Amino acid sequence: MTVGHEETFSHTFTIRGKDFLAAGRVSTEIKGMLKELGIDAAFIRRVAIACYEAEMNVVMYANDATVTLSVTPRLIRITVDDRGPGIPDVGLAMQEGYSTATHEMREMGFGAGMGLPNIKKNSDEFTIESTVGKGTLLRIAVNIG
Amino acid sequence: MVLSDVQSLLQCEVFSGIKFLDRRVMYGCASDLMSDVLAFSQSGALLLTGLVNLQTIQTAHIAELNGIIIVRGKKPDQRVIDSANAKGIPLLGTPYSMYEACGILYRAGIPSTMKCVEPSASSTTTHE
Repeated sequence: MTVGHEETFSHTFTIRGKDFLAAGRVSTEIKGMLKELGIDAAFIRRVAIACYEAEMNVVMYANDATVTLSVTPRLIRITVDDRGPGIPDVGLAMQEGYSTATHEMREMGFGAGMGLPNIKKNSDEFTIESTVGKGTLLRIAVNIG
Repeated sequence: MVLSDVQSLLQCEVFSGIKFLDRRVMYGCASDLMSDVLAFSQSGALLLTGLVNLQTIQTAHIAELNGIIIVRGKKPDQRVIDSANAKGIPLLGTPYSMYEACGILYRAGIPSTMKCVEPSASSTTTHE
């Protein structure tokens, strides 16, 4: 796997909701791919953390999601497009500490209301669009060049 | 300090990663909230936690931590040990409480990795 001058590497993954045993698998795969592409470790860590938080959100709240990774020499872009309940108030969900997590989610060490703020903190570009009853589309990018 | 020094200081049982006990320990962090570990830790940190599940191992892997110390004598189940082995993450267990284990490591010179708030003199309140 190589990323040429203007070449784009891309790959699509699927996350299944409520599959707590597999939670983190997509982030781990993405981390491995970025490593193989020779991306700097500090960028990989930021992408992996953002991706893992997003993956946990899908596992905890949504039915399933399609994740797309694309890498150019300048940018790592990830979109997480889920089918699920959506977020009624995105502004509120972005606040640190705000959470609608259940006891079961908190027992896993998540659902403390740090997920979305944490994703934003590790991204250079961050957009989120949500439709209640349909799902949430998260787009993030990390500049590498 | 390396992980095997931590092992003796905290009287640890080693559940996985015995071949990685020569890894250097630069910083420590302690939390049962994995999101906080992801938000505030630095790569290479040692995690002390009372949370023993697959997400603990996954968090250490994603955040590039050097190892995990499980506190309060808790035992991981085989699935958790297998995951730690597969990811090359040293997983140790200490009988000490979180507070005691942190105190011992802090006194031995391992600083905190978590930079949450910069303490300032003016923020200290005294009650008389």
